[in-house]
Amino acid sequence: MTARTWRGTVALLAALALTTAACGGGSSKKAAGGPGTTAAGAKRGGTLVFGTSSDPISMDGILVSDGESLRVVKQIFETLVTTKEGGTDVVPLLAKSWSASADGLAWTFNLRTGVRFHDGTAFDAPAVCANFDRWYNFKGLLQSSSLSYYWSTVFLGFAHNEDPSLGQSIYKSCEAKDDSTAVITLTKPSASFLAALAIPAFSIASPTALKQYNADNVAGSADSPKFNGTFGSQHPIGTGPLKLESFTPNDKLVLARFDSYWGQKSLLDKVIFKPIADGSARRQALESGEIQGYDLVSPEDLPALRGAGFQVLDRPAFNVGYIGFNQAKPPLNNAKFRQAVAYALNRPALVKAKYPAGAEVAKEFMPPELFGYAPDVTDYSYSPDKARQLLKDAGLVNPTVEFAYPTNISRPYMPDPGANFQAFKADLEAVGIKVVPKSAPWKPDYVRAVDAGSYQMYLLGWTGDFGDPDDFIGVFFGSKQPAWGFDNQDIFSGLAAAKSETDPAKRTTDYKALNRKIMDFLPGLPYVHTKPNLAFAKNVHGFVPSPVQNEQFSLVNLG
Amino acid sequence: MLKFVVRRLLLLGPILFGLSILVFVWVRALPGGPADALLGERATPARVRQIRHLYGLDRPLYRQYLTYLDRTAHLQFGQSISTQRNVSDEIRRRFPATVELATAAMLFAVALGIPLGFLAAKRYLSWFDHVSMAGSLLGISVPVFFLAFILKYVFAVKLHWLPSIGRLDVTRSARHPTGFYVLDAIVILDRPALWDALRHLVLPATALGTIPLAIVTRITRAAVLEVANEDYVRTARAKGMPGRVVDRRHVLRNAMLPVSTIVGLQTGLLLSGAVLTELVFSWGGMGSFLEQAIFDRDFPVLQGGILFLAVVFVIVNLLVDLSYGLLDPRVRVQ
Repeated sequence: MTARTWRGTVALLAALALTTAACGGGSSKKAAGGPGTTAAGAKRGGTLVFGTSSDPISMDGILVSDGESLRVVKQIFETLVTTKEGGTDVVPLLAKSWSASADGLAWTFNLRTGVRFHDGTAFDAPAVCANFDRWYNFKGLLQSSSLSYYWSTVFLGFAHNEDPSLGQSIYKSCEAKDDSTAVITLTKPSASFLAALAIPAFSIASPTALKQYNADNVAGSADSPKFNGTFGSQHPIGTGPLKLESFTPNDKLVLARFDSYWGQKSLLDKVIFKPIADGSARRQALESGEIQGYDLVSPEDLPALRGAGFQVLDRPAFNVGYIGFNQAKPPLNNAKFRQAVAYALNRPALVKAKYPAGAEVAKEFMPPELFGYAPDVTDYSYSPDKARQLLKDAGLVNPTVEFAYPTNISRPYMPDPGANFQAFKADLEAVGIKVVPKSAPWKPDYVRAVDAGSYQMYLLGWTGDFGDPDDFIGVFFGSKQPAWGFDNQDIFSGLAAAKSETDPAKRTTDYKALNRKIMDFLPGLPYVHTKPNLAFAKNVHGFVPSPVQNEQFSLVNLG
Repeated sequence: MLKFVVRRLLLLGPILFGLSILVFVWVRALPGGPADALLGERATPARVRQIRHLYGLDRPLYRQYLTYLDRTAHLQFGQSISTQRNVSDEIRRRFPATVELATAAMLFAVALGIPLGFLAAKRYLSWFDHVSMAGSLLGISVPVFFLAFILKYVFAVKLHWLPSIGRLDVTRSARHPTGFYVLDAIVILDRPALWDALRHLVLPATALGTIPLAIVTRITRAAVLEVANEDYVRTARAKGMPGRVVDRRHVLRNAMLPVSTIVGLQTGLLLSGAVLTELVFSWGGMGSFLEQAIFDRDFPVLQGGILFLAVVFVIVNLLVDLSYGLLDPRVRVQ
């Protein structure tokens, strides 16, 4: 290259930079498409670009458990039942109504008629049974809990378990009585199964498309699997108000209105999900106008976004942050000591100082939005004097306790575990409890050590999967677990009975009683429920946040 | 020359074999495994055991290695555990993005750095020299992440002049036969797409190219200063050869040897993925791909991706060595 060509290149680059800067300004894309107004007055048409943290792993609902995949699945597919807008109550969707047999084993679903899949085939009872039977008969890798997590969580096992750690399936069969009646039979009564069916993982897909696009074709060896099918990546066919137009991994996923949808048709022409891994990049993309909304807003960005006129929406709390007490390790087996710890901790001060607005102090191990929540559980309000007295009554003078917290992690219920630990440590030391700190990286040491029962006291939390108390207190206290180190048959059997109860009113009463019992027993101390945030541009209307992320983009409009 | 190329290419075999062992051992030495990463707080011992079993991670290490070697020999890197996508397809999709960004960044660095370094040397100890050296020191010192963030904040968020994410406007539908968006737009004669792709390149390429620009400027300056004092330059000038000809034929050409080495090494580094720049601008190249795989302990992605980048790095270095021959006839003779 000669000096002259260098000069030429420099000049070209400089000119390019200048002209780009000068002629730019069109980066922000707003709604495109024909105007129109629905009967309700909402504007029809346009494209919404929504920033996500990643691409969906798959659009085959049963094979995913991450929020980003389920968000897309929720738009394309529908489940038999769903959650009430903005809540967790179970309401009809593809099933108009349902009833359970007296023994709680047979569930009859009366299906909506006249519903079509995106490929034009009819939705009916045989299609519902084909989906359930498909899931139940998964083989090989498809049984991995990294893939069919929700099936193995709700139904426990498969027709032929390939791993001994899987349990006996509670699913027995599905029978199509006629085109609009499907009867699902369980091997054991489970009332939580109905709420679980609202998870988009249990979406009903077109059986024709599942076969045509080789949904279950996993070839190769165990350590070199190969997913040959394209159902989950390119051809997800459901009955939802939006259908897949195109998916370019790492770039965008485009959904378009399904014009033959049986219900309220999409107000938007298109929804584009744009993956932006970095949280601050999502915020800047909203500010620059390249996207019109995003999820998982960082708490520190909230004031600036609100100040700049963006809409910030709270997703109702559906998690709990708690301190676990391992009763296998004295003095945690002493109820008075556990109570002393509970009274010693200033939970309201921590939540106020370290959590974003909207976070609330937890009274029990499940969020207030769920049925079965008991507002009148024993209240361990901050009282250092009471804590000191309880320690004295227990005969414990300056007891020592090991207290563990994870490093290298931020969870919705625990944005800064180290800060929580420091605050709690100071509270405990103020009443004379000596704290020995223990810490470990979240992955894999910490969670593993907690599960193995290695820690005496530890910080942990949980985000619910579906709207049922069993997904909170059932997971924690349904059986003897090393992390908690107690054997309380009264609680175990109570939870098992509540899980099987098919009368909704009785279940609610049972869970309220169980929550009171658990907080009297005090196996740990819940301290916070947080509300994740979403941010939208000013012109985006109609988005209703759901505690379980069952959010419908088709009802959004760009006013 | 041909012998040299063949010898270097043959050396690739043992290098890759050694590297395959290193990568295999390294990814397994990372604490935790894919199961822990996939399941988070739901990683019960039974679930972790099940995933390890189903993915064959509980088999003897030598058997896992032999499977990996066999697969790699067939140019198959397997399937990502966390995204279920084929690793080879993913590399095919992401590598052009990385190449495009690295090329733009290096073009920016070379096109500005060499003239700047040359002029600084020619005006040694002048104000221009001091300013360009101070500027290059600043360029090396500013963290890429910070610079990227500032550029984006000013030009995308505040001024709305340039886009802040991705490689094309998200609402644009364009065909991508090669995966190089600029090239694609030229090939299919789509002028709006070309303009759009170039606009998306400006900020990330500037952020990524700043450190190479500073290095190229400094190396060019030092090399020009050194060559300018050589006997043959003095002789050429004494013989009355015009200054510009001396500079072009004798000074710059000889000074280009160390510069080409640096450019080669920097290009190799940029091709191996600019994690932070890609993250800030949601670029979707190799850097962000491998970064996520480390977090997910995604063994097939790490094994395949790192091996692939090693091959790229070796080839880029080979090209740099070959460029010596073009620049310096003495190397050709040797």
